[in-house]
Amino acid sequence: MADEKKYMTINMGPQHPATHGVLRILLELDGEIIVKATPFIGYLHRGVEKLAEARTYHQALTLTDRLDYTNGLSNNLAYCLACENLCGIDVPKRGRYLRVILAELQRIAAHLIWIGTHALDIGAMTLLFYAFRERETILDMLETVTGARLTPSFIRIGGLAKDVPPEFPGAVKAFVQDFPRRVDEYETLLTENIIWRKRTRNIARLSKEDAVSYGVTGPVLRASGVYYDVRKAYPYSSYEDFGFEIPMGERGDVFDRYDVRVREMRQSNRIIGQAIERLPDGPVNADVPSIVPPAKEDVEHDIAALIRHFKLMEEGFRPPVGEAYGAVESPKGELGFYLVSDGTNKPFRFRIRPPSFINLGSVPKMIEGQMVADVIAAIGSVDIVLGEIDR
Amino acid sequence: MNSAETTIAKLRAAFGGALTVEQAGSQAVVVVGKERLREVLLFLRDDGGLLYSMMTDLFAVDRFGAFPRFEVAYLLNSLLVKERVLVKVRAGEGESVPTVSDLWRAAEWLEREAYDMFGIPFENHPNLRRILMVEDFDGYPLRKDFPTEGYGFDKPFKVSLEEGEPDEAG
Repeated sequence: MADEKKYMTINMGPQHPATHGVLRILLELDGEIIVKATPFIGYLHRGVEKLAEARTYHQALTLTDRLDYTNGLSNNLAYCLACENLCGIDVPKRGRYLRVILAELQRIAAHLIWIGTHALDIGAMTLLFYAFRERETILDMLETVTGARLTPSFIRIGGLAKDVPPEFPGAVKAFVQDFPRRVDEYETLLTENIIWRKRTRNIARLSKEDAVSYGVTGPVLRASGVYYDVRKAYPYSSYEDFGFEIPMGERGDVFDRYDVRVREMRQSNRIIGQAIERLPDGPVNADVPSIVPPAKEDVEHDIAALIRHFKLMEEGFRPPVGEAYGAVESPKGELGFYLVSDGTNKPFRFRIRPPSFINLGSVPKMIEGQMVADVIAAIGSVDIVLGEIDR
Repeated sequence: MNSAETTIAKLRAAFGGALTVEQAGSQAVVVVGKERLREVLLFLRDDGGLLYSMMTDLFAVDRFGAFPRFEVAYLLNSLLVKERVLVKVRAGEGESVPTVSDLWRAAEWLEREAYDMFGIPFENHPNLRRILMVEDFDGYPLRKDFPTEGYGFDKPFKVSLEEGEPDEAG
């Protein structure tokens, strides 16, 4: 009888609140211990890579917002960097600094969603309300700049859609002042909380070697003790101008991932503070008339600008034949776009390197030998967004 | 000499004519034959001065009209020299490519995706199933000859029912 062990098989998902979307994990259980876990994905597949091949480079931008929908601006930025690498465009300093501010605000907003829902999954409900309060402040600021809360499409090829309104720097400075106190508040609720510690310490560990082999990036990789952050390793958009640290973990468990992200929020706040203090004057867009559309005011008054705008929106531009990779450190990890151009106005190949997809690949390894309840903690700690996994 | 040039020089010294350099400069792109693919990738991963230990991405490109038709690209990242390198291998339709899922665990899902989207079989892959599309899906969506709107988009969905049950939807 002993060698004929029978395992129970259960489905977690696809409709399960803790999977943060439509994810199904097939669990083989020995009592309450997980023997094998097999994730099934693709429920949200929209064929973004295929759709982008039928759109011009400017039009394809709107698809990127809808990948990781908690993080529209970083997605825009990654795609624009790939396009700019392809065409050899250099964005002016003010444009770069504003991109950094927007991307870092978006990172904090994305981490706030994560901290709220992750704590909620594990049973600490209070934090959700605190986290969403600050997220609302950020979204209000982003709304005044971009006009949208979730899908901004504001960072454009060659710069930004427009300059920020005059009240924006003041609002950002007030937020930067206030935010560290808020993070302290979250930490008083969780970091020393004994229940939180018991639910997260030494749960779903991922060793250094495994993390590298699985190609995991972002806070999950750094929690396992591997020093890699795209902002430091391959600085883009003037990140080399700012002083910030990369928070690291040691054990690679759920708690370390929590800790890394909380400290990362503080560092993002630091970056925003420096960028807004040193924000230079000047244009936000690169002066490349064949690619970058004219400013909206010019379009309203100048017939040449109107024609140029129309041509660029209707026909797009033709980058040289070649290929280019552009990547950013998104809240989830390394988000990259690999573009192959055949010289026409549409991308020949539009490859997205989705951090959540690759991070999710390591979850079965993490949860083997753990309890069923830890699956929820593990999924929450990896911080997946199914829109990006399934594309 | 920047690190991309060092990488190319080291690869040239080790493999000579077996690889062609497509792009130098800031990011190296090299093309190898599929017989020596695993050797080249293993060299890049384990060479003490390079240590391209991370597989950032693996994807395919359909160069429809060219022969061989497909390109499989391996984007490697070195934590040591802070450099990325893209290794490409070409494969015709139905031609298989050796798996690297035993060298990098990340490749397991990425190869499944390339198989799912382009129909490129990977030799000795432990679990080569579709990953994003449903298992009984017909065709490979990211191929250039696959219509964007899909096949049969204007027909009602098939409803699969238990055996023997009358088909009420039809």
